Amino acid sequence: MNLRSGLLRYVAIGLLFGIVIVKSEVVSWYRIQEMFRFQGFHMYGIIGSALAVAALSIRLLTRAQRRSAEGEVIALARKQMGRGTRYWLGGTIFGLGWGLSGACPGPMFALAGAGYGSALVLIASALIGAWVYAWLRPRLPH
Amino acid sequence: MLDWLSRPWPWYVAGPLIGLVVPALLLAGNRSFGVSSNLRHLCAALLPGKPEFLGHDWRATGAWNLAMAAGIAGGGALAAFLLRSGEPLLLAASTRIDVASLGIAPPGAGLLPDEIFALGALGTVRGLIVIVAGGFLVGFGSSYAGGCTSGHAITGLANGELPSLIAVLGFFAGGLAAVHLLWPVIS
Repeated sequence: MNLRSGLLRYVAIGLLFGIVIVKSEVVSWYRIQEMFRFQGFHMYGIIGSALAVAALSIRLLTRAQRRSAEGEVIALARKQMGRGTRYWLGGTIFGLGWGLSGACPGPMFALAGAGYGSALVLIASALIGAWVYAWLRPRLPH
Repeated sequence: MLDWLSRPWPWYVAGPLIGLVVPALLLAGNRSFGVSSNLRHLCAALLPGKPEFLGHDWRATGAWNLAMAAGIAGGGALAAFLLRSGEPLLLAASTRIDVASLGIAPPGAGLLPDEIFALGALGTVRGLIVIVAGGFLVGFGSSYAGGCTSGHAITGLANGELPSLIAVLGFFAGGLAAVHLLWPVIS
């Protein structure tokens, strides 16, 4: 594939996603507080309807054995359960950071683009977190 | 049109559009939606040392996702500057009261409270905990769990993955603990 034009479609998808999460306030610390305090439906409505549309789309695409623009049959890799420790423990650690900062990785990039300088510090801190994980990985239960 | 787009988007417009990112990426190149892998790719590209987890060929496997992340930042810029609403975010009245007890003013024109996200707030203990420790935990936790809100809570759950359900329950447990236990202590 022509690498440059091949990548452009991913830039376009990201562009739309970035606009949506800013305009629907998913990137707002206030909305995350509201969600974890069970005081508003907004975030639940967004996650629930996104999930429903995604689930239906995956079914339709895989049942029809649709091919991607690159020509391969669409299929999602299954995740390995292993002992499952990484999912509950890693998930809880992630949740602590999400609840503290009010931002997960997608919103961090959108906020950086929206001109919040502190989002760059968030991204840098998240990079260090991922880097420390990379070094500790052989010793952590998964 | 621009005026209409500039108003905050309701959940029933935003949610389905976010859900459509999943088939869009599958159709574009059989790619699985998940933003946090970019942290891994950026680490491999920028940070020193090559532990096994960062030894992957990030140019080959991550270029599409990094391109999407660049798009997300661009979309954030378009939304914030071209589609700025100028009206304060309509937060639940009970949440306004609760965040006031944390010493945080209700939403103004921006999406984030200045008390935490203004760059000057990084000089406070609370600002450091929220931004630096919070960001660290997001990066560490999503790498450990193998996904974040997009990879597990949307793609994984939509594909009926049990590991993703466990991870999402963890996201929620951690988020509840942070908001109800940690925030009152650091404020």
